[in-house]
Amino acid sequence: MSELQKETPLIEVKNLKEYFNINVGLFRTKPLKAVDNVSFSIRKGETLGLVGESGCGKTTVGRTILNLYKPTAGEILYNGKPVKTRADIAEFRRKATMVFQDPYSSLNPRMTVADIIGEPLDIHKMYKTKEERNARILELMGHVGLNSEHAARYAHEFSGGQRQRIGIARALAINPEFIVCDEPVSALDVSIQAQVINMLDELQEKLGLTYLFIAHDLLVVRHISDRIAVMYLGKMVELADADEIYDHPLHPYSQSLLSAVPVPDPKIARANQRIALSGDIPSPLNAPSGCPFRTRCPYATEKCAAEMPAFKEIKPGHFVACHKVDEEN
Amino acid sequence: MPLLEVKDLHTSFFTDAGEVKAVNGVSFTLDSGKVLGIVGESGSGKSVTAYSIMQILASTGKIVGGSIKLHGEELVGADEKVMKTVRGNKVSIIFQDPMTSLNPTYTIGKQLMEAIMLHTNRTKKEAWDRAVEMLRLVNVNEPEKRMKQYPFEFSGGMRQRVMIAMALACEPDILIADEPTTALDVTIQAQILELMKSLQEELGMAIIMITHDLGVVAQMCDEVIVMYAGSICEQGTADEIFYNPRHEYTKGLLRSIPTANTAGSKLQPITGTPIDLLNMPAGCPFAPRCDAAMKVCIKNKPIRMEINNEHQAACWMNVKAGVDDGSISRSEDGQISFEIDDLSYIDEGKETTNE
Repeated sequence: MSELQKETPLIEVKNLKEYFNINVGLFRTKPLKAVDNVSFSIRKGETLGLVGESGCGKTTVGRTILNLYKPTAGEILYNGKPVKTRADIAEFRRKATMVFQDPYSSLNPRMTVADIIGEPLDIHKMYKTKEERNARILELMGHVGLNSEHAARYAHEFSGGQRQRIGIARALAINPEFIVCDEPVSALDVSIQAQVINMLDELQEKLGLTYLFIAHDLLVVRHISDRIAVMYLGKMVELADADEIYDHPLHPYSQSLLSAVPVPDPKIARANQRIALSGDIPSPLNAPSGCPFRTRCPYATEKCAAEMPAFKEIKPGHFVACHKVDEEN
Repeated sequence: MPLLEVKDLHTSFFTDAGEVKAVNGVSFTLDSGKVLGIVGESGSGKSVTAYSIMQILASTGKIVGGSIKLHGEELVGADEKVMKTVRGNKVSIIFQDPMTSLNPTYTIGKQLMEAIMLHTNRTKKEAWDRAVEMLRLVNVNEPEKRMKQYPFEFSGGMRQRVMIAMALACEPDILIADEPTTALDVTIQAQILELMKSLQEELGMAIIMITHDLGVVAQMCDEVIVMYAGSICEQGTADEIFYNPRHEYTKGLLRSIPTANTAGSKLQPITGTPIDLLNMPAGCPFAPRCDAAMKVCIKNKPIRMEINNEHQAACWMNVKAGVDDGSISRSEDGQISFEIDDLSYIDEGKETTNE
């Protein structure tokens, strides 16, 4: 771990906060703490999986890193340099991009595939001649397994899996180093999911990409990620190597989340003891005091209500925010 | 007599582009107290099969052939009056999206009571009591207070509980659950599945569980039907399907899901794209995507073959295996004629003709 720490991470997020103001009365607003004090880093060439249930802020983290939302507080460092001014952001966006969840609504229905993929090239003025642009578009289409004959077609002529390929080709157009993949396969059928996951894997090897992989399908995340972070109500509760977090989850939320995953194997599924959580996720507008998970946690004590546990390194590379785990270790 | 018997069901949608054969010869039986899973990807006909049983198809859809018998009574072609006594009373359905299946302008209580009063002779007071009882059954806290609330005051998991309460209020013999947990988070999904399982044991009803998630199937189902392009590829007990798959599509599906052991290695996807139901191939619908496709698969649609008494599959690979060791038996007595030397791989490179 110490060797890795010396190396500057590609992306470093420090105490990131993203609050949205929600109207609660005629002239009153209340901050919705979508992301609250989240810190993590992503090494070059790594895939960091970000999991959590809907409303936990995982998508907001992805979007805020790319400055699609202006961070309320906190810092984002790219190659050790802060991304702050407009010039920084413009430069960062030439190296970082996003693949969206819904391949049906994230492609403009009035543009041809060639224009969709070529748009980032136009925006960033990444070609000199028209021939160069076309050659680049065909190269990108080749990367994702589309034929040149697809170039003049429109998005509606494609199936979900192929649309997601178009979305990925568009993301690759700027030669990115870092891609935020926001639920890239959750809208796809099982038989197509594996094709897209494999393609993301191969592209990472070939082009040296770094991914922030946001998903709620924990089997998919485990397959693709090197490390995994678990979020709950805007806070990061656990972060560790993928195998470590699956084999030895420490935070009570991660434990129940992982035990709730339906395993596609009847014998294991019948034997599996699920750690059932009572109740629902509280509204992020009325988040509980202290630890956000305490209202559903079987081990909650008074201390959990009083103060938010610190996000601490319990074992090398294994971070947890939980009073109980902290006391036991 | 089985509780539900579906035989050679054909349901088509008549669109401007032509006839879409969404369900193409589906047969199965369901006994009371069993959980039957129907798995398949979008467009495989799993939901249309369920909607055909309830006869709640879109206006362009029509059952064009086959029979559906509930307690031995034929439902295909039955009067709308008869269907009204079936829906809700004998067969109930819960839908995927609990956000849109409830009317936002009525209270939960009113919607529950409406369902109860429509199907039984209960008075308003009795219906109220029954609704409260049902909410308690599905573990909704403070049911009296919740009765007066509107759907927007409920979370997704709570709304799905209300839908289940509504579906079970008249004690149906069969509950059809169409992707009941797809829109929910995993921890909530676990709660709902647990609830359905315990209610099923308590009330002794049968469940038809429609899903694309093999994990949900493994957890819930006694029997499984795998569908592709409107036809049944394979059906059998959950253990047979998961541990002894005998159709190339099922094998491909099971191979393509990431598990604890696939981390760091490549997944084995099913190649190609899903089928276009307007341009169905003559032979096996899965043949264009099948790695093991033989000449016979392109020409002839495979019949249903009996692997053992709790497992059937429609895949020529089994005939090939049967021809190789002479052990195949057929579930239907109709003869099917094909040249035995058609059982050679299409790919010339791996030609392994019999004889």
